[in-house]
Amino acid sequence: MRASSFGFVGPLGAGFLALLAIAAILVPLANLALPVGSALHVSTAAMSLAGKYLCYALLAVALDLVWGYCGILSLGHGAFFALGGYAMGMYLMRQIGSRGVYGNPSLPDFMVFLNWTKLPWYWTGFDLFPVAALMVLVAPGLLAFVFGWFAFRSRVTGVYLSIITQAMTYALQLAFFRNDMGFGGNNGMTDFKDVLGFPVQADATRAALFTITCVALGGGYLLCRALVTSKLGKVLIAIRDAESRVRFLGYRVENYKVFVFTISACLAGLAGALYVPQIGIINPSEFAPGNSIEMVIWVAVGGRGTLVGAALGAILVNYAKTLFTSGAMAEYWLFALGGLFVVVTLFLPKGVLGAAMDRLRPRGEPLPGNGPSPQPLATTTVEETSIPAS
Amino acid sequence: MTAHLTRSLLYLDGVTVSFDGFKALRELSLTVAPGEMRAIIGPNGAGKTTMMDVITGKTRPDKGHVLFEGDIDLTRLDEAEIAGLGIGRKFQKPTVFESQTVEDNLILALQAPRRVASNLTWSVGEAAARRIDDILETTRLAAVRERRAGSLSHGQKQWLEIGMLLAQEPKLLLVDEPVAGMTDAETAETARLLKEIAQHHSVVVVEHDMSFVAELGVQVTVLHEGSVLAEGSLDKVSADERVIEVYLGR
Repeated sequence: MRASSFGFVGPLGAGFLALLAIAAILVPLANLALPVGSALHVSTAAMSLAGKYLCYALLAVALDLVWGYCGILSLGHGAFFALGGYAMGMYLMRQIGSRGVYGNPSLPDFMVFLNWTKLPWYWTGFDLFPVAALMVLVAPGLLAFVFGWFAFRSRVTGVYLSIITQAMTYALQLAFFRNDMGFGGNNGMTDFKDVLGFPVQADATRAALFTITCVALGGGYLLCRALVTSKLGKVLIAIRDAESRVRFLGYRVENYKVFVFTISACLAGLAGALYVPQIGIINPSEFAPGNSIEMVIWVAVGGRGTLVGAALGAILVNYAKTLFTSGAMAEYWLFALGGLFVVVTLFLPKGVLGAAMDRLRPRGEPLPGNGPSPQPLATTTVEETSIPAS
Repeated sequence: MTAHLTRSLLYLDGVTVSFDGFKALRELSLTVAPGEMRAIIGPNGAGKTTMMDVITGKTRPDKGHVLFEGDIDLTRLDEAEIAGLGIGRKFQKPTVFESQTVEDNLILALQAPRRVASNLTWSVGEAAARRIDDILETTRLAAVRERRAGSLSHGQKQWLEIGMLLAQEPKLLLVDEPVAGMTDAETAETARLLKEIAQHHSVVVVEHDMSFVAELGVQVTVLHEGSVLAEGSLDKVSADERVIEVYLGR
């Protein structure tokens, strides 16, 4: 493939970023500047729904980094997403101040209800946005680092790794259900008022959150793209395809895995943090094992190992889910999702994006991942016959 | 004893490996001198691949010593550390990174820092580019450098893997059945390639193909049931009564 004029992002990535930039500007404008009656007006509800899809897209990009490029099938990325969400939720709870039902200036309502008299130590600093913002990355990042350090050093791979990531998110769900944990138990955290002094419910705040989500998705994509196109990216792909061979080349495979798993968890945490103020609630259901499996389906549908495809898959599947679950078909959504996964696995192994790119590409110019095409085989024969002469 | 140790590049003494009671290696002892090329032959199950696994850290021996450069105990190190010392391995089944280009395969193998942080910013410099060109020349893969490694012919994959070994700039190359599944022309070409490499490296070749071993013209070690049966030139070992018995059956 020739070097494109789009730098390391390539034409596809450039198109994706351009679309995001357009959405980041036009959607808030259509919401704020156009009158409600206008045909082009975007309602705040629709904008927040789109913002939710974009958070999922960022989460899918993060998952694709580890699964699509390094072969780590994480079935626990929902945990990192939820931890980022909880860090943001804790900040938002502290912003409520004395406006809660019980009017306690420092304790969130659920703690007053539990007769707690002071904040637990791990809530310290969450009234400050910089601290909370840092924890959005540190909490999931640290969990991923510790988890990865043990799992990858012990060379846990494949389905076993997937199972323990599922167990991890399930264990966290059970833990967060408990009132004693100090995270609001079953009900989680909700009734947020302000973020950075701006009312959470206001249209302008929602619009700003939408734009910030677009920027975060673009930034997350750029980071992942930079990683996978560096030499480190080549090592990651090599680990995905032939892990033990990489070891015999002298690379410490576990260090690469821990690194990329941690980065991915931080991005998932960021996605969760942007999700919470737009949705208005965070509770332990975000840790549900099923959620983490759904994320894998988004990536598979969009196209594993493409980043852009993962984002696209997240948006497509979630849009379909919204359509499905708001109608008479709601009960059948899980069947539809399962069916979609089977269909994609059987007929579109490279996802929607991979299949589309194969169609656009001229014959004889295979995409990485294709089988050998007839042309190169012909060249091989010529070379083989020329060998005895040399 | 000490003088003997310092003179050898690779020194195996009394190495025993058993899998569920089956002794894959029994009291295997072997010495490879610096700059030497050695061929290891033996029937299926003689322990050739297990020996490679022990040297490269994939399998830990139950007992015995494996020393590199006289005093480095390989049994205490893992695969990445052993590769870092300068021991490169080519597998029996060609293992290249199929979804990446021939050039990228060589870039991955090229002698360079292996840490995560170094590889975030590493790019192909002038010296590295020249080294890659040289290796592509040596292995006759220059014309296919942009091709995906998975689309190469079997023989080309074998050469790419040998090229990757060269790119690592190892002190010792372990080459497991390099001509398995090759055409006669490819086999001859591989012999030429290995002889060229042996001018500057120590090489251990495990092979079944006797005509290939004859073409290499080097010292031969015959393994049988996990230990050395005979050692010497190919003519000498092929005249050995016990070797004939093992290979031809009673």
